[in-house]
Amino acid sequence: MEFNENFILGCSAIGAGLALIAGIGPGVGQGIAAGHAAAAVGRNPGAKSSITTTMLLGQAVAETTGLYGLLVAMLLLFVKPLLP
Amino acid sequence: MGHGILLSAADIDFMIHGVFKYSFFGHEVWITTTHVCILIVLLILIGFAVAANRCIAKASEVPTGFQNAVEMIVEKLDGMIDGTMGKSAPKFYNYIGTVFIFILVSNISGLLGLRPPTADYGVTLPLGLLTFTIVWFNKFKHNTPKALWVDMCSPLPPWLPIWFPVSLIGEIAVPISLSLRLFANILSGTVMMALIYGLLGWIATIWPAVLHVYFDLFSGAIQTYVFCMLTMTYIASAIGDTE
Repeated sequence: MEFNENFILGCSAIGAGLALIAGIGPGVGQGIAAGHAAAAVGRNPGAKSSITTTMLLGQAVAETTGLYGLLVAMLLLFVKPLLP
Repeated sequence: MGHGILLSAADIDFMIHGVFKYSFFGHEVWITTTHVCILIVLLILIGFAVAANRCIAKASEVPTGFQNAVEMIVEKLDGMIDGTMGKSAPKFYNYIGTVFIFILVSNISGLLGLRPPTADYGVTLPLGLLTFTIVWFNKFKHNTPKALWVDMCSPLPPWLPIWFPVSLIGEIAVPISLSLRLFANILSGTVMMALIYGLLGWIATIWPAVLHVYFDLFSGAIQTYVFCMLTMTYIASAIGDTE
């Protein structure tokens, strides 16, 4: 069966949209990290700066999986690897 | 071909462009916008370094003006490295400081209207590979090969290396995830700004400055910090076993 280019481009766009479902995970994870950091600041306000630093570092690492989804979406939309 | 608005609009421009090409032993080699932007960043850094060197060469006891700023930058960087690496920090002041300043200026060069050089995977992958090389150099320097072998097979006894391929993949994933994290973060900022400027037209006049603060300054600084922090953590764990 032959598929024309527009069909492949449309499917790539759908795939790019589906790839960004990966954004759910980092969103939830970063929210949990921020919530616990807020609780920690509440318990120990003196350690605010080091808590903030640790939270940002952990969040940036947790963000990686979402960024992989973003990369896949960008590849599908702009590099178009599925086109013959 | 009509591809819909997102693919056909000529205003949206965040890709790497070739500036000119030349023939290198029969291969076609392109000089791209990344090269140009990285040269501009390097010129800024070299200019700053020469100025700082002149200033420190005739430093006064009580620092003023520019000397103050230079000393503050060096003290902050050294303090950050000291806090993470402890005793072995002084050997890595130069490397981590250089990488930090380079990535930071590259990330925030979007404010100057450049395409950030770190939004090109060809720039961030070598940075990740440098970290990888330094980590493994220090592992072989501070551990015997036997200890490394035991460590790589660690949950199982060393005469049964079933776990070794998994550990090997884990080690190879380190530079890839380091470089992809930096690359994808800066690229996402670049794409967002290109979409805002390209699709909104005249509506995007003054208020995108707020977004520049987030995507270029905040995100760039955080990612710089994360990259250097992870590099230092990996190096410290490579050194730390024997101490």
